[in-house]
Amino acid sequence: MARRSDLGSGVVAIPGTTATHVVRAALRGKRFRVGDYVVQILLLMTLMIALGVLVVLLGNVAIRGVPVLEQRGTNFLTTTNSTLPFLAGVKQGIIGSLELLVIVLIFAIPLGVGAAVYLEEYAKDTRLNRLLVTNVRNLAGVPSIVYGILGLIIFVEFLKPLTGGLTVISGGLTLAVVVLPIVIITSSEALRAVPNSIREAGFGVGATRWEVIRSHVLPSAAPGIFTGAILTLARAIGETAPLLLVGALLGFFAPGNVGFWGQLRGPYTSLPTLIFSWSTQPNPDFRNLTAAAIIVLMAVLLTVNAAAIVLRNRYERKW
Amino acid sequence: MAQVAIAAPKRLTAADLAGSARRRRKERAIRIAFLSAAGFSILVSALIVVSLLGKAVQFLTLVHPAQLLAGGWFPRQGDFGISTLLAGTLIVSAIAMLVATPLGLGAAIYLSEYARPRARRTLKPILETLAGVPSVVMGFFALNVISPRLIQALFGRATSIFSLAAAGIGVGILVTPLVASVAEDAMFAVPRTLREAAYGLGAKKRVTSLRVVFPAAISGIVAALILGVSRAIGETMVVAIAAGATGGALFTLNPLHYGQTMTTAMSSLAIGSDAVGGNSAAAAFPSLFFVGLVLFALTLLLNAAANRFVRRVRRRY
Repeated sequence: MARRSDLGSGVVAIPGTTATHVVRAALRGKRFRVGDYVVQILLLMTLMIALGVLVVLLGNVAIRGVPVLEQRGTNFLTTTNSTLPFLAGVKQGIIGSLELLVIVLIFAIPLGVGAAVYLEEYAKDTRLNRLLVTNVRNLAGVPSIVYGILGLIIFVEFLKPLTGGLTVISGGLTLAVVVLPIVIITSSEALRAVPNSIREAGFGVGATRWEVIRSHVLPSAAPGIFTGAILTLARAIGETAPLLLVGALLGFFAPGNVGFWGQLRGPYTSLPTLIFSWSTQPNPDFRNLTAAAIIVLMAVLLTVNAAAIVLRNRYERKW
Repeated sequence: MAQVAIAAPKRLTAADLAGSARRRRKERAIRIAFLSAAGFSILVSALIVVSLLGKAVQFLTLVHPAQLLAGGWFPRQGDFGISTLLAGTLIVSAIAMLVATPLGLGAAIYLSEYARPRARRTLKPILETLAGVPSVVMGFFALNVISPRLIQALFGRATSIFSLAAAGIGVGILVTPLVASVAEDAMFAVPRTLREAAYGLGAKKRVTSLRVVFPAAISGIVAALILGVSRAIGETMVVAIAAGATGGALFTLNPLHYGQTMTTAMSSLAIGSDAVGGNSAAAAFPSLFFVGLVLFALTLLLNAAANRFVRRVRRRY
């Protein structure tokens, strides 16, 4: 009889026992298998490193930024930018980001949901439709700065009579194009999750395709579409690179207080653009100011994300 | 109602079932509206190509081929050494993938094979939050934490605070959730029967997950890595903040050196005071479009390859 069993690493036959004992013990599998635990711990560690980075990032930003927010209070949110770190605030960035979001909402959501409805509800498996799907997927992978070039040539230069050139309208339209593929993909998934029986019930009582979509499919898919829309907005809030090409100003732009409507037709900035601008300032005082602005941005983003998760958990339907 | 039922029976024809002409016209109009919404995405692709091509061609007519082989990228001085940008992009994305591959795949295997359903439900949203960190924020983190605490701690205070390595690590962390999510989807889609067959043969958990499930999902895992590379190549803000070199850069293969990638060459051309539509070296502004075209072509190729792999997984199971 073999002294060592090769049933598995760590299984050692005790001298004097029969093979059946060993087999029974191996099948019962209650031993501490070192190898398995090492692998499991290594895998868990990779996940924990990734999540740990998030914690360190948030912690570092909080340590630098919270004192600034404590000291400045709401003043930080209501003052405009300045070359002096103790005077600079994020007001213009917040207003700019809001305006950009409204424009994204108006253009990207209807267009994206419409495209998704076509792809999921109307399209048959033809060559043209396969091309459409592939195209959307490719658009989702185009680096956002490349969309900035599209914005620069089409919205800023070609459509100048409509957009006014380097204005927040051009910026918003550019961002809308950046997030369009994401809206299409998330809405398509929401529509696909609606079971066919719902549609067939509508067709069964004589409804046309559009009637079925309006009264059955869209209401059933609405929570999914809304969640997707919210996540899209979150993406748009943080996007910076394309805006650099279509006029979001950096550094210390002149106009002090032009207000909401004045900014629509003039120079603009956004919260992440402001963060980028401050983070490249050599003056070390700006570092803590940048962290404070990041706290504002992350607070908005985490709220938006939490809203999406709550919405998904509350209204998600299992068919 | 009863009277209608009694009234003389009429033979139904296909025309009766089709509904009124008005209703059909409306139906057609709506269909066309949805089709044009979908068609708009094709228009976007076409516009990207059109926007890039015109000025990219103009750039090639303006520069002398020797300028493209210069030892650095200083557009305002007429040095357009594209190899500088390619090397910078290669270094940043290679470092990013060195970070994202083990972290992303490890997290994917753990979430798909080891985590209990409850742990999975809490860990996945947190990982998605990491994916939602804006790239400017990651850039700030790379410059103010990764660079001093990791790069300078390892290689000495003499190293530059701006480095391609710090930027690459930052990009890698941003890419990790993407790699994890796509790879996890692929592994989760592997049918249970394969796992049960492995256990039935007496395989251990780690053998099942690493030598049965992992190879079965390999197409999706390759797709995850390709998508990661493509995303890393296209990342702008992290590199713009953490790798320095706003005016231009000399050719370097040293990751501890400051440098530029294709994306940051574009962003710094855009934010320079005399940049967009400016009056500097005549070819500087069109060079933006040339670099954009190269970047667009490169990411398109990578994404097409990734999509092909993803489709292969879907077909199999």
